[in-house]
Amino acid sequence: MQYWVHLDELELDFACHPGQSVLDCMIGSGKKGIQVGCRGGGCGVCKVEVIEGDYIARPMSKAHIDNDAIADRQVLACCITPKSDLSLKVVGKINKPIQRKGKQA
Amino acid sequence: MALRGVLRLGEISIRVLDLADARKHYVDRMGLIEVMSDDAEQKIYCKAWDEHDHHSIVLREADEAGLDYVAFKVYDDQTLTDLEPKIQAFGLEVSRVDAGVYPKSGRRLEFILPSGHRMQLFAEKEQIGNTLGTRNPGVMPDEGVIRGFRINRLDHCLLGGPNIDESARLFREVFDFDLSERIEDEESRDSLALFLTCSTKPHDVAFVFQPEAGRFHHVSFLLESATDVIYAADMIGKYRIPVDVGPNRHGVTRGNTIYFFDPSGNRNEVFSGGYVHYPDTPTLTWDTSQMGPAQFSQDNIPRESFLNVMT
Repeated sequence: MQYWVHLDELELDFACHPGQSVLDCMIGSGKKGIQVGCRGGGCGVCKVEVIEGDYIARPMSKAHIDNDAIADRQVLACCITPKSDLSLKVVGKINKPIQRKGKQA
Repeated sequence: MALRGVLRLGEISIRVLDLADARKHYVDRMGLIEVMSDDAEQKIYCKAWDEHDHHSIVLREADEAGLDYVAFKVYDDQTLTDLEPKIQAFGLEVSRVDAGVYPKSGRRLEFILPSGHRMQLFAEKEQIGNTLGTRNPGVMPDEGVIRGFRINRLDHCLLGGPNIDESARLFREVFDFDLSERIEDEESRDSLALFLTCSTKPHDVAFVFQPEAGRFHHVSFLLESATDVIYAADMIGKYRIPVDVGPNRHGVTRGNTIYFFDPSGNRNEVFSGGYVHYPDTPTLTWDTSQMGPAQFSQDNIPRESFLNVMT
């Protein structure tokens, strides 16, 4: 049984296999869109909001997913496994305090 | 230089989201030796085979990943006595922790670094040895003592936070560390990363700029050789451990390295090599025009995730 994960704003779709996290499935499909960080629920960069669908979540760092976030169905893509097709919206990002400054910066 | 005063990173306590998963990673996979556990406090204590002290890594289950504290070992109790007023004169509040509060350990001094990290100093810890003994010890422990990623010892850590110049000034002025290397913004010359040594290694601790205080970038473990780094990389692949940066060499410190994450997202490094530092070695400076070669000198590609993803 595989489920489909859809991100409307990114026009991104990929299949998710049983027992694999949403983020692992995106990486495995060769697609990009959700930021990839620690893949262990610790760094928060892959935070998404689940617009539609059911999932199982493993423990996520409270520093990034507190009770309010859980109530808003915000989770880390590396820590959820779908129980149905999912529609997601990207929330997290990698902050970049360290990089070469471009002209637009 | 005779190495006295602050000796090394002697203990690091890391928060993990699931202790059983952490044990599988650090003990079963990486090959650290579990020496003690505390069910009530949900902690396990580990060491690498070639360390004599009772333990160097503490893993504590918590609802957030990241760093609990770093503890540096100093030469003797007099060093603690001498350092306490100097840390206070620097402007930090120092609290005293009695012997035995931290298991197998003598008294400690504790304070918060300007970058927001909890740091301790201790002089004494029970020693249990590296299995070889100390008289005619030989060189090879019994089969099975060195296993997993073949880690020799805890080596250094990289901490993220604001005020890294102030944290570095504490290490230089109070703890007698040298600034071995520095990454700065090419225009503003602001410090982006600072590497500090109290030994002949390229670094014993490092700081990277992050707006948020007290962040944990990585803990690093020393391997015997670059060949062992590749062996560890094969084990990391076999066990599907998430990799941040595959085998490469750092421009800064010249270490042969691989970065990966524990099951709670805390970054780990295993590495070998690097140059020899002496107190008269000049500080090496890199700037943001050369972030590729500074970070990873075999492909010269800077990794977006590397300096910015942390717990």
